[in-house]
Amino acid sequence: MEVTIKIFRYNPEKDQRGNYVTYKVEAHENDRVLDVLEYIKGKIDGALSFRRSCAHGVCGSDAMRINGRNMLACKVLIRDVGANITVEPILGLPIKKDLIVDMEPFFDNYKKVLPYFINDSPLPADGRERLQSPEERARFDETTKCILCAACTTSCPSYWANGEYYGPAAIVNAHRFIFDSRDEAADQRLQILAETDGIARCHTAYNCTEACPREIKVTKAIGEVKMAIMTGKLD
Amino acid sequence: MANVHQFDVVVVGAGGAGLMAGLYASRGAKTAVISKLYPTRSHTGAAQGGISAALGNYEEDKPEWHTYDTVKGSDYLGDQDAIEFMCSEAIDAVLELEHMGLPFDRTHEGRISQRPFGGHTNNETGKPVRRACHAADRTGHMILQTLYQQCLKNKVNFFDEYQVLDFILVNGRAAGVVAVELATGELHTFHAKAVIFATGGHGRIFEVTSNAYAYTGDGAAILLRRGIPLEDMEFFQFHPTGIYKLGILITEGVRGEGGILINGQGERFMPKYAPAVKDLASRDVISRAIYTEIREGRGVNGQNYVYLDVRPESVNRYAAMDGRTNPDGSPYTITGEQVLAKLPDIIDFCRVYLGVDPVTQMMPIQPTAHYTMGGIPTNKYGEVVVDDKDTIFPGLYAAGECACVSVHGANRLGTNSLLDLVVFGKHAGLKAAEYAKHTDFEKLPGDAESTARSAFDALRNGSGRENAFDISNELKKVMFEDVGIYRNEKDMTAALEKVRELQRRFKDVGVNDTGRIFNTELLNAWELGNMLEVAETVAVGALNRKESRGGHSREDYPERDDQNWLKHSLITKKDGRLEIGYKPVVITKYQPKARVY
Repeated sequence: MEVTIKIFRYNPEKDQRGNYVTYKVEAHENDRVLDVLEYIKGKIDGALSFRRSCAHGVCGSDAMRINGRNMLACKVLIRDVGANITVEPILGLPIKKDLIVDMEPFFDNYKKVLPYFINDSPLPADGRERLQSPEERARFDETTKCILCAACTTSCPSYWANGEYYGPAAIVNAHRFIFDSRDEAADQRLQILAETDGIARCHTAYNCTEACPREIKVTKAIGEVKMAIMTGKLD
Repeated sequence: MANVHQFDVVVVGAGGAGLMAGLYASRGAKTAVISKLYPTRSHTGAAQGGISAALGNYEEDKPEWHTYDTVKGSDYLGDQDAIEFMCSEAIDAVLELEHMGLPFDRTHEGRISQRPFGGHTNNETGKPVRRACHAADRTGHMILQTLYQQCLKNKVNFFDEYQVLDFILVNGRAAGVVAVELATGELHTFHAKAVIFATGGHGRIFEVTSNAYAYTGDGAAILLRRGIPLEDMEFFQFHPTGIYKLGILITEGVRGEGGILINGQGERFMPKYAPAVKDLASRDVISRAIYTEIREGRGVNGQNYVYLDVRPESVNRYAAMDGRTNPDGSPYTITGEQVLAKLPDIIDFCRVYLGVDPVTQMMPIQPTAHYTMGGIPTNKYGEVVVDDKDTIFPGLYAAGECACVSVHGANRLGTNSLLDLVVFGKHAGLKAAEYAKHTDFEKLPGDAESTARSAFDALRNGSGRENAFDISNELKKVMFEDVGIYRNEKDMTAALEKVRELQRRFKDVGVNDTGRIFNTELLNAWELGNMLEVAETVAVGALNRKESRGGHSREDYPERDDQNWLKHSLITKKDGRLEIGYKPVVITKYQPKARVY
């Protein structure tokens, strides 16, 4: 089938501002949008720039706006989006070139929530694993799925309004440790998230949950963190 | 040279091996980790089923069994001292990951949960053993995330989205690397005492592959050009279960949970090929079995695929037939909910890419190019060794998939790749830091960046008569068809000629993007050069080895030939030509014998 794909183009070394270029290409309904981008780059305009690596939705490189919604280009098929496609960079991060945005502010926010395991207590005397029941493990399973693609954060109206907001992805990664029974720094993370640019900026728009390619219930996770801040309890 | 950085140790690549190396090296030396991707984009994150260690959390297991299984899995080409070392370190390696916070699934007692995997056996009964430590079907993702998190916690220096282009060597020692910063197009020289390559594999030289776009063999190609040999390049693993046509990996963990392979006639065919462990035989054995079924007309609808079936009613029926039991002795059964809980990503991939729900439908699968067994020769401490006497190249290290220790030999056991990168990443990091402590910097050459600059200039100034995308596709097709699962002299000779023709045509590729900022066209073209370089070594090695062993199956030499071929091959580039040498396999306890599953 013929696909008409309109792509946002911006080359900072040539263009004052971005513009849209439309391409008509042959594609199969089971092709990924990424396959179409690769074809255009390979055969029509080599300068078209975007990030990609795993091509099956686990590395988080190719989040972009496809027909107005944040998706991974490798995890959406032509049959899902139809023959008329618009592809733009994700919103709220500075555009560097075409579909490539500056990810540094995103990772800076992520790093603010202590996104790593903290437990300074002695290890079990036998040197073996710290014990954790299947139920305790299940408590934070959902948020371990995050691939840091930024689809959630860059779909969030609060983040668009204020880039200082840590954003959903950072909170998801805080959640992953706050609710891990083995971790000892939940209080510190909750304090960080209780600050002005933390959790209070979430207005439960649910865009994040809809955008997540890993189907993490992001708004629910944020809600659990909010509740923990209010009640001071983790259950 | 405007951008010169100085570090004791530079790590190239930020997947599992690179992060582990960076974490350990940075404890004893000023260290930088350079990666062409953001670290969390690395291909370690795509590993699914598990990491092996004889924890014995469900049933008896021991490192000796793990060692023997790995030796047998390697078809006796793995070096047994290194295998024993890796398997004896495995338990501590996995526990260390847990102590770093890795969220493994749990047993009812709260210990790390384990599942069966291909080739993992109780050596006394020959029955499958639960050795693969898992976090659902995203174990690699969890390892990558956990190691990156720990690197952040320990303030490791990262240079994200810097593509390394060249290795600087002075007086026969490591002196650093040259890289391009993708965001600006500027070249940077990293002056270092020690350099660790952890650049992953090269599965992208094949048409159907589970590998990421990033897997273009950069590290191997860079070092080959600098005179370092590559070991056992003919050995490449085809994973039996990739999603039909797309190649996306469907973990062996599916079969660990009881999934079975079914041909176009509705028969479970693995008992014919591996009577003892059936669907849990080694990957090379199963990939060949699938191809044989397809060739003999038993593919589904006459096509090049078979089915993988994990529907609970099928799993339960065959588990009962096989007499499979739970650790407590009760019959093994599984429900749809359990399939969903244990294999969520697999279910998701099948739904998204195939529109198939594995809980109620069978999955169409075909073998997919998956893992690079060969690579940069190292000893068990990650030190690069450059000849048949294991002479160490001072200051140069390699770990993970780009390295060939060799612990995987002719065929890697599932879950040993994650173990490999944790164990050897750690030791490469330790050794490099130790080396740097007692070594001075070599003086940088006058223009360290000249080789990298000329490579880019050549691509920018190419005639443009040829198109990189076309060359890439032609390469992948010929490699998959003629240097793939089954190989023979006639087809490989033609394939090698084709690869060399593509190398010549590559000289006429021209990059249209003249910019500096994120010039991904230039980078992709440069990567294609690496793929062409590495593909030639694979084809030359495969044509040269006149026997069948592990992942290398010659139709014209169907038997393993220990008399003549129980040896590693070493390919070196001299004056633009590839030369083949050999080095002995280290055999300690296990004399080669017939390999039966």
